[in-house]
Amino acid sequence: MQIPAPFDYARASNVENALALLQRHGPDSRVVAGGHSLLPMMKLRLARPEWLIDINDLSELDFITRDGDRLRVGALTRHTTLLESAGIASLFPIINDAEQVIADPAVRNRGTLGGSLCQADPAEDLSTVCDVLRAEAVVRGSDGTRILSMGEFHRGPYETAVAQTELLCEIRFPIRARTGSAYEKVERRVGDWAVVAAGAAVGLAEDGTIDAAAVGLTAVGLDGTVAEAEAVLLGERPREELFTEAGRLAAAACDPVADQRGPVDYKRHLADELTRRVLRRACARAAQTQEG
Amino acid sequence: MMQISMTVNGDDVTREIEPRVLLVHFIREVLSLTGTHWGCDTTNCGTCVVLMDGQPVKSCTVLAAMADGHDIRTVEGLASGGTLDPVQQGFMEEHGLQCGFCTPGMMLTARALLDRNPDPDDTEIRQAISGQICRCTGYATIVRSVKWAANHPTAGVAAVPDSAAADAAGAEVTA
Amino acid sequence: MTTTADRPANPAAGDPARPVGYGRIQRKEDPRFVRGKGHYIDDIVLPGMLHGAILRAPVAHARLVSIDASEALAHPKVLAVLTGKDLEGLNLAWAPTLSADVQAVLVTDKVRFQGQEVAFVVAEDRYAARDALELIEVEYEMLPPVIDARRALDPDAAVVRDEIEGRTDNHIFDWEAGDAAATDAVFASADVVVAQEIVYPRVHPAPMETCGAVADFDPVDGKLTLYETTQAPHAHRTLFAIVAGIPEHKIRVVSPDIGGGFGNKVGIYPGYILAVVGSIVTGRPVKWVEDRSENLMSTSFARDYIMQGEIAASRDGKILAVRTNVIADHGAFNATAQPTKNPAGFFHIFTGSYDLQAAHCKVTGVYTNKAPGGVAYACSFRVTEAVYLVERMVDILARKLEMDPAELRLKNFIRPEQFPYKNKTGWEYDSGNYEPAMRLSMQMAGYDELRREQKEKRERGELMGIGISFFTETVGAGPRKHFDIVGLGMADGAELRVHPTGKAVVRISVQSQGQGHETTFAQIVAEELGIPPEDIDVVHGDTDQTPFGLGTYGSRSTPVSGGAVALVARKVREKAKFIAAAMLETRPEDLEWEKGRWFVKGDPGAGKTIAEIALAAHGTLTLPEGIDGNLDAEVTYDPPNLTFPFGAYICVVDVDPGTGRVKVRRFIAVDDCGTRINPMIIEGQVHGGLTDGVGMALMEIIEFDEAGNCLGGSFMDYLIPTAMEVPDWETGYTVTPSPHHPIGAKGIGESATVGSPPAIVNAVVDALAPFGITHMDMPCTPARVWEAMQGRPRPPL
Repeated sequence: MQIPAPFDYARASNVENALALLQRHGPDSRVVAGGHSLLPMMKLRLARPEWLIDINDLSELDFITRDGDRLRVGALTRHTTLLESAGIASLFPIINDAEQVIADPAVRNRGTLGGSLCQADPAEDLSTVCDVLRAEAVVRGSDGTRILSMGEFHRGPYETAVAQTELLCEIRFPIRARTGSAYEKVERRVGDWAVVAAGAAVGLAEDGTIDAAAVGLTAVGLDGTVAEAEAVLLGERPREELFTEAGRLAAAACDPVADQRGPVDYKRHLADELTRRVLRRACARAAQTQEG
Repeated sequence: MMQISMTVNGDDVTREIEPRVLLVHFIREVLSLTGTHWGCDTTNCGTCVVLMDGQPVKSCTVLAAMADGHDIRTVEGLASGGTLDPVQQGFMEEHGLQCGFCTPGMMLTARALLDRNPDPDDTEIRQAISGQICRCTGYATIVRSVKWAANHPTAGVAAVPDSAAADAAGAEVTA
Repeated sequence: MTTTADRPANPAAGDPARPVGYGRIQRKEDPRFVRGKGHYIDDIVLPGMLHGAILRAPVAHARLVSIDASEALAHPKVLAVLTGKDLEGLNLAWAPTLSADVQAVLVTDKVRFQGQEVAFVVAEDRYAARDALELIEVEYEMLPPVIDARRALDPDAAVVRDEIEGRTDNHIFDWEAGDAAATDAVFASADVVVAQEIVYPRVHPAPMETCGAVADFDPVDGKLTLYETTQAPHAHRTLFAIVAGIPEHKIRVVSPDIGGGFGNKVGIYPGYILAVVGSIVTGRPVKWVEDRSENLMSTSFARDYIMQGEIAASRDGKILAVRTNVIADHGAFNATAQPTKNPAGFFHIFTGSYDLQAAHCKVTGVYTNKAPGGVAYACSFRVTEAVYLVERMVDILARKLEMDPAELRLKNFIRPEQFPYKNKTGWEYDSGNYEPAMRLSMQMAGYDELRREQKEKRERGELMGIGISFFTETVGAGPRKHFDIVGLGMADGAELRVHPTGKAVVRISVQSQGQGHETTFAQIVAEELGIPPEDIDVVHGDTDQTPFGLGTYGSRSTPVSGGAVALVARKVREKAKFIAAAMLETRPEDLEWEKGRWFVKGDPGAGKTIAEIALAAHGTLTLPEGIDGNLDAEVTYDPPNLTFPFGAYICVVDVDPGTGRVKVRRFIAVDDCGTRINPMIIEGQVHGGLTDGVGMALMEIIEFDEAGNCLGGSFMDYLIPTAMEVPDWETGYTVTPSPHHPIGAKGIGESATVGSPPAIVNAVVDALAPFGITHMDMPCTPARVWEAMQGRPRPPL
């Protein structure tokens, strides 16, 4: 068993208090929520914060609330809560699909939406999910609140726009009628990071053509979503040739790296294959809501 | 050093620890409850699973400090008032353990599952334990053990290891 | 087929349906484990105990330039830091291995594998020990590593073991079995010859509990008590006496409960030796328990055989011969744990279950800059490699001949009347009856129905595969004349005492790591003496309390120690007869045995139970000539031969053509382990081994990059199956007793690990048949399956 280097610990009582503690303890302080990204790194001594600020008491950040045409989800919402939420499964099946393949049940009991997004691992499933759902991030600092698009939120591998003295508080997902979404992941074994994963969300106009589309990929070096794929989908009726084209464009748009999970050509192939599958399913789900 | 307090198996405990002490070490070495084990460095194997506020968590990836104010249940807390939990009895009935190293975590996850879902199917059981590795049993007997417990929710055997009493009680159980 | 439905409810004690002897009874060891009261190495806390931690080399091949431990020593909680230099002074820097080589305990001259032990810190607690590791400054001078075993013998390869005088290359040994000339002749004239390179990649036993020790040297009386995760406590005691120079009667090795062994806990690792030295140096107990990364990177790996296989057959499907050349990667030190006369273990059982005309193998062992080991993970001493080779080759041949793989096997099995069967490489298989097992497996699987389903699915472009493996194991080493480990013959002892009130204690030399010995060995005694198993205590694991033996691995516990226990119980029974005769005032030859008592022939009412006889033995009865006043006996059993369990396995897989993902849909396992002591425990052993097979076939591998960095050093990358990757196992059995074993039992511990990988790989290759694939190597990860589908199957190394 590996053991972290020594550090000091403070437990925040609310958001204001957490921000104050981050301010007070400076650049070598980090917040810890579920801890299942940070603590493993600390145990391997790859991360060595001097202060850990435990924000698990910030229950005001643990919520799933529908607020008109958006779903607001607190950053401290646990993976298990997301997975078990009937509301989420109904509105955003892509989140349910993804949560089923994120880590394992015990880890999901602790890990949080905010923690996963802020860790910003290139293989983080929820990053892709939030990109595809065109979510917004609500970030608070001592001098106020910022709303960031996912493009603004993500800066690169393991890097986000959340400053050291800020806290990600909430993710907002736009809700609209006649949408469907889906996620599919290939992993070497349950609980493993993705070899490649794909997520898609589509919206259908009243005439059944696609009027909104987003395609995202995980673990293949793609920033944001596949704009080229979205372009060919818009205005079109869902059909297999469309998905084939979108898949091809997704494969071309990504930049996979060869590693133990697979070579470049395999990952590119998966980008293609999985994009087709999630589009197929997202469109089918959207059509169902249309009928339903 | 800092002071932490939590409930462990129904008892309030208060101790002084370094902030970096992992919950698994707190349980094993500070509280001397060695029924919880550890088996890896990367939060993968699940031999360290305990229940925190009734939910399975990997105690190697929780700081003892984070458990302050919470309720922890370990394998030593499965039996209650001298009676084995049906899950414990089920694992013995259905050969759900061999070396016993992953067993405490498996049983606690089973207990938490049955508390929420008293009649799980095979897939639900397998999913519940999917973050915990067993190198001995091949999992099928673990599934049978949990099923047994689900089918015998009021079973219980005297926890005091007196073989005659245990055998006699066992006779009642299987009748 | 064993299912929950058709199994009788577990009878309770006193219930006439409850077996006294063989049968399904709950395990006697379970009560402590389900209460969390198992007693594993890391649970041991001794007064004054210190903690040790090992600093390990981050590089694979490098000269050690300097070590500066001064900062570590200055740490307020550190009591000692040992380096290779310190050990050199004690003549302990190098220790003998189980294969007539030496292994560095701490690096002295150079690092030979990534993860090798460089320094040892002893501190007040484990957190301080870990902190202190960071305070040791080491300077390395990098050297080019030898990583590819195929190139280890290239003239320009770096020499791993340059510390051995006169050594100029990485060649360890060549070993051959069989008749090369006869085999070449058969190949030369055969109708059909198929060749294939088959790789068994490096994998790791990875028990859930890592290895560790608590060394407690008492400086006053010079006694060392060594608690160790060891599958072979007596062998360790003897070896420690030789290595550490402590007199053997002053060493006590205690195996506590062990959280899985699988061959990982056979060898003596540097960490154990360092704990002993640490205790001697500090005068206090020292605990060392390794991390998972240490376990995966430095303890005994398994396999790593690159096999060139060839099979020759007649046009009509008669298999004539098999031959193979193997490169065996042994890592940086030859530390394989197998009988000393067999550097390639029992690999020469690669003739399998078939009646061949000829066979030949040559195995070349080489050094590389990787961790030492090779014999582990339930291999039965390289039988995993042998069975994988032959069962893959037979399937490749079946494809070539366009024959059904089941039919090809049935046509070529050794026939029942041929047993005991002398194969072409020196084995005498004790007994076998292969066809019924194969037929039972096919029937349970619904084999014909599966082939029909496959045909339909293929027409729709779905990839379904059916794979067969029929294996013959060789286990239970073994006759001491032929099988020893560093000179210790592989015979095992057993001691039995029946107390005055009729309860018994049997002391055995083998060591459970989860196999249920406390139950099954009680059952053997129960069967022989009629004492209920709950009245029989099984003592194991403490060298002060148990007779000498070579320990548990290679599935030898039941064949060897089980044989010893049966014989010692019979010795007691025989002695009881004489005492009973005295009690009944009759002659011993007038008595008959019915389980539990001796009675007068023709007068069943006149009898004495074992309990009554035990009391009389210790009482005032005038004992017959030559009988002393106890009901005790001891035996050391030298088995006359190995045993040969066998099995017929069928695996059904579905492959996702879009992603290459393999799902094991079904696995049917029919095993024959001879006499079955406890079917519940047998089934558990089989399930566990089948899971190993899924792991190796689909996901487990220890890989290295070109610089020699180990890429499988954590469970993030060394993937082991979870409950989601394995099906609900379908098991069945046949019973073909071993003619030479006292109770006809053969052992089961490793059968499934041996037999299952080829069944799964055969199934995957079968699924990919529409792509023209005839072979792909393990692990069949999604990426590798997909590459095979593209026509580019590549070896994993």
